[in-house]
Amino acid sequence: MPKQVLLGDEAIALGAIHAGISSAYAYPGTPSTEITEFILEYNRKHDAGLAASWSSNEKTAYEEALGASFVGRRALVCMKHVGLNVAADPFINSALLDIRGGLVLVVADDPGMHSSQNEQDSRYYADFAGIICLEPTNQQEAYEMTAEAFDLSEQFHIPVMIRITTRLAHSRAVVTTGGQRERNPLEKAPDVKKWMLLPALARKQWKNLLEKQSRLEEYTGTSGHNTLELHPEFTDYGVITTGLGKNYYLENLPSLGATPPHLHISAYPVPKEKVARLASGVKKVIVIEEGYPLVEKYLRGILPQQLQIDGKMNQAIPPTGELNPDNIRPALGLKTEEQKKTPGMSLPGRPPQLCRGCPHADTFDTINQAAGTFEKSIVTSDIGCYALGALPPHQAIETIICMGASIGVAKGAAEAGFEPVVATIGDSTFLHSGITPLVDAVANGTPMTVVIMDNSTVAMTGGQETMLESSGIRRLVEGIGVEAEHIRTIIPLKKNAEENVKILREEMEYKGVSVIISIRECLETAKKKRKSGGNA
Amino acid sequence: MKYDIILAGVGGQGVLSLAAVIAAAAMEEGLQVRQSEVHGMAQRGGAVVSHLRLSDRRIEGDLIPKGGAGMILSMEPLEGLRYLDFLSSGGKLVTSSDPVVNIPDYPEMEELLSVIRKNTEGIVVPSESMAREAGSVKATNMVMIGAAASFLPLRKETLEAAITGLFERKGADVVETNKKAFALGFESGKQAG
Repeated sequence: MPKQVLLGDEAIALGAIHAGISSAYAYPGTPSTEITEFILEYNRKHDAGLAASWSSNEKTAYEEALGASFVGRRALVCMKHVGLNVAADPFINSALLDIRGGLVLVVADDPGMHSSQNEQDSRYYADFAGIICLEPTNQQEAYEMTAEAFDLSEQFHIPVMIRITTRLAHSRAVVTTGGQRERNPLEKAPDVKKWMLLPALARKQWKNLLEKQSRLEEYTGTSGHNTLELHPEFTDYGVITTGLGKNYYLENLPSLGATPPHLHISAYPVPKEKVARLASGVKKVIVIEEGYPLVEKYLRGILPQQLQIDGKMNQAIPPTGELNPDNIRPALGLKTEEQKKTPGMSLPGRPPQLCRGCPHADTFDTINQAAGTFEKSIVTSDIGCYALGALPPHQAIETIICMGASIGVAKGAAEAGFEPVVATIGDSTFLHSGITPLVDAVANGTPMTVVIMDNSTVAMTGGQETMLESSGIRRLVEGIGVEAEHIRTIIPLKKNAEENVKILREEMEYKGVSVIISIRECLETAKKKRKSGGNA
Repeated sequence: MKYDIILAGVGGQGVLSLAAVIAAAAMEEGLQVRQSEVHGMAQRGGAVVSHLRLSDRRIEGDLIPKGGAGMILSMEPLEGLRYLDFLSSGGKLVTSSDPVVNIPDYPEMEELLSVIRKNTEGIVVPSESMAREAGSVKATNMVMIGAAASFLPLRKETLEAAITGLFERKGADVVETNKKAFALGFESGKQAG
């Protein structure tokens, strides 16, 4: 069986390909982006005929995968943790459908917020939806569990989640790979009543899903992914690990000088019986979870109990940020390693920043200058490279909340009476979820200015292609009904600075909806295109 | 046998190609390898760090514990110091002396180099000038691998073969330049060590 060095993301991608997917959809999002990049590259290189592409956002991506599943094909949909917030509507509802073509959702969480607004834990979503979640702990498992997830999806007729975190997504190891399974034949779902959630039908499906839970619990209760190692002679404490917590625990195990009983959970719903068996022989349970204390909270419950529990909720393990081999040591009674060497001088931070020559820098200069001519102003912003406008030297923006929020927030602030209000948003973010709040603004004639920072790429995640090119965006904005004379195009270059400031000022003064499209290609994406001879 | 390496630098300096060469050589010698990095925001001219773990046994985690690294190999002097608490007591700091000054409060080079030499017995390599001598300023990564080579638990020949493998596609000239860069770095590292 061939061996390959693969990122965790790539192992999942190859696992899905070998499991016989026909379709793959996603919106870029760190740390999940590389899964779909691998699939797209594989598709191109091997002419594999997969229906694989980027979508405008995670909701449309999920629905597109559902479409493939509806006609019997295996489909993969990938996103980062906050992306699942966007896809939550089709996701939660899809658990009620009769899934025949295996549907696997891969969510990559970001504990420690390396590139995200929060560190929310997607296992809650699987629990909420009532489906199986598999959580690999290394690249080999990532490869194998993906194939298994498709089998489980078709066995239980539910979508299945695979949950990973940044350290696995972006870490490389050797993976032994297997053969290629054939793709499913095209076959519409046999009973379309189970795909229509009219209340009368949905009630039946919901009852069905609830009844399925005991079978899902039976699967995870006996699954080899939930490994219980008992050591009855050791009664001081037992350890429960989930996700990468296992790896850091095993890294420290030799230092313990003994082997405590250990339950590792990689398949959810939580295997209750195994948890009970672990807890029954010990005075204390230490829960080492990468993510929120989901299992820990279950254990603690509400009613008083004798068992002592150490974990994030009582700060035995740091409640925020990602786990590492050092920060779990105190909970295990191990001293933290003495640091023998210190630099002996203070080291300045080196935060990320806009590339030299980035068009956003020029746009922010324009915004700062124009805003500076008003007594007060608000500049909202959004998710993307331009979010770095919050940092020096620009410090041009004031809100960053979630994809597409800039326009709605600006509308709300403007209608509450503040003026002038400027919303800054990237072209891809605009297509993701900035269109609908602009529709709202036009419908209400809100006095606000939207600056679409169009670098014609999805930059922060590595330069993926956008869904609509610049001229299409302009037509879209016209189509929504923004007055033609208040749609302005500027090129963010130093030589245009004076003129651009004048244009922005004019539109900030205008008491209606105005849109300024600031167009200049991302330098990194342009470089990538030149390197690959124009085939980006 | 286990050997953990912290690779450091600034986004855009090719820290990951350091990892690629060392990892390829390690696998060629039959070792287990784990290499972790951070994409996304970290690329934008910010600090970049990668954990590279080599072992003849199963490797449990992707992250190196504090005080566990046999080496910090850095493309940039400030970044070399940033992860000092990961260095084991016998570990080696091997760093380029060429600074990337893209922040307003970058320390004085003299202070930085003196701290590196005195506090850490670190090896400082003028990677840019050596790369130029070898034939291309782009070969700084291979200079640094050369400098590290004497201390890595890998054969020099395996590393050279990994370099050839990485650059083959770009032609014999490119391979030669990078091998020369490696050789210059190797001499420097051996002497200083």
